[in-house]
Amino acid sequence: MTSDELLRVSGLTVKFLGESGWLTAVEDVSFSIGKKECIGLVGESGSGKSVTALSVLNLHERRTTEISGRIEYFGKNTLTLPANDLRRLRGGEIAMIFQDPMSSLNPVLTVADQIIETLQLHENISHSKARLRAIELLELVRIPDAARRVDEYPHRLSGGMRQRVMIAMAIACKPKLLIADEPTTALDVTIQAEILNLLRDLQNELEMSVLLITHDLGVIAEFVQRVVVMYAGQVIEEAPVMRLFDQPLHPYSQGLINAIPPLHIDMRRLLSIPGQLPDSYEIHSGCRFVARCTERVSTCLNSQPSLIALQNGGSSRCPIRVELSGVQR
Amino acid sequence: MNSPILSVKGLSMSFELKGSWGRSAGTLRAVDNVSFDISSGETLGLVGESGSGKSTIGRLVVGLLKPTQGEIQMFGTDIRQNNADAFKAIRRKVQIVFQDPQGSLNPRMRIENAIAEPLDISGQYSPIERADRVKELIELVGLPRDCGKRFSHEFSGGQRQRIGIARAIALNPAFIVCDEPVSALDVSMQAQVVNLLLDLQEKLNLSYLFIAHDLAVVRHVSSRVAVMYAGRIVELAPRLDLYSKPLHPYTQALMDAVPLPRPGMQKAVGVPGEVPSLLNPPSGCAFHTRCPRASQICTVDKPDYRQVSQEHFVACHFIE
Repeated sequence: MTSDELLRVSGLTVKFLGESGWLTAVEDVSFSIGKKECIGLVGESGSGKSVTALSVLNLHERRTTEISGRIEYFGKNTLTLPANDLRRLRGGEIAMIFQDPMSSLNPVLTVADQIIETLQLHENISHSKARLRAIELLELVRIPDAARRVDEYPHRLSGGMRQRVMIAMAIACKPKLLIADEPTTALDVTIQAEILNLLRDLQNELEMSVLLITHDLGVIAEFVQRVVVMYAGQVIEEAPVMRLFDQPLHPYSQGLINAIPPLHIDMRRLLSIPGQLPDSYEIHSGCRFVARCTERVSTCLNSQPSLIALQNGGSSRCPIRVELSGVQR
Repeated sequence: MNSPILSVKGLSMSFELKGSWGRSAGTLRAVDNVSFDISSGETLGLVGESGSGKSTIGRLVVGLLKPTQGEIQMFGTDIRQNNADAFKAIRRKVQIVFQDPQGSLNPRMRIENAIAEPLDISGQYSPIERADRVKELIELVGLPRDCGKRFSHEFSGGQRQRIGIARAIALNPAFIVCDEPVSALDVSMQAQVVNLLLDLQEKLNLSYLFIAHDLAVVRHVSSRVAVMYAGRIVELAPRLDLYSKPLHPYTQALMDAVPLPRPGMQKAVGVPGEVPSLLNPPSGCAFHTRCPRASQICTVDKPDYRQVSQEHFVACHFIE
């Protein structure tokens, strides 16, 4: 790990025990997150992006999961960390927010109870002090009338407010890394923009790194500096956000960009990626995207392409596009 | 313009909320005096935030809810004044596709039976016709041909939505309410399902009421777009007019909130505050609590829903 890296994932492979044996959900995924950097992890449902994120905090059910590879955080491998150390890390230095705030909040505890619980778990702080901190945190995430709202139960809050409470809990212990798994997918666009602005401000204020997981490239363009695109359990492209949108070096990335319905241009038909994710990744020998790819050539079927590192940073798994683009390897 | 398939006039829907021991906890006005038409082969987009009343309108239009006030005419006849048989005949021509296809499919039913359910209920299909029609529907919505024996959990979200669409078109309807059909899908699947709906519209001459919270998706399916806020339509206009010159500040705000896939460009701007409670709506214009242009008059007077040009309607004090 270099000194400006906060987290490095290398060769992460995750397998789950299914009814018919072990299924590979994530295969040989590597990327790193710099200090104060925002990274986007993009892909369709089932591409392995959430599985990757859960692995960072080692949140998988141990009996039915097989994980290999390394996830280094300040010289420690979170995959082999003892349970006690791991518990201190979770919600402390590395915090996570999820798509559906209602199912991550406890319905029978007030907002105050839940934030105080987090604070007291990680810090030696009295109940009354923790309560004051809870109100401060709600103000920080711009919940109006925080002193009153702190005693509400989650069901009394709107979706956007619940997500703000989740964010308040996540930043309660000033994490160095915030993992946000589809934090705005369940919200209205108007609220989504507000939450993204909030996250951006908090990221600057608290100087934390953010790993943002989403399938929405519009959100990615707004928020992150670097993007990792996943398809069928593999990283297929990594690029600085500008380069990804200007010159995607994988047909799948191109497809995702094209599929966004434009707001200012009329199109009677949207550009879609035909087909869907393959059920199982082991069947064919060639590129995993080949069945849906509009740019395939005969060699794509023969062997699985490996990730090509590019000279100006980033990588791609499509030799054809890399060749055509003239970008130096 | 040809005569409307659906004509809605002065539609209102209130829900009585029950408190403890049967006391009333207030009246929630979900839909407040809404009027619009949809003509044959046309799509009306209906946009708004959660809680704006757009899904309630969808349910009213297909007869799943009974309006407190107002008229819903389908093919020129009121859907409520008829006897049960007449209602059934109309209802057959009017179908609905829901947001969550998993929630609307029976997990223990093979999908060929799920798709055939409307056919069975209609009682007009012999076993052979039924099998043929199911095969035809599966092909029409682009599902794999041999998928009839599978269960709904074996399908991806996009495919489940195709099953939902197959059920909706099974009885050759003229009109379909699409209630957030793509909101739960990934962008790539979203584009596929939108294109499928467009293809079916052309092939089967369908009219849609397309409900969504995403203005970008609505643009590509709709001929006209209505924007709802707190139970009222605040702006209704032909697609091009609405997107090139939105008049209502709320429509403008909705557009500014869409994140654009262009890094480094201007950032999306949210609308501060929340959708007001319909139990206790703000006085005057319901949007004045969040509106950047709000002034004294907005807090007192409810703006009229007025025609500003031939097909452009808006409810705002500041529009001439």
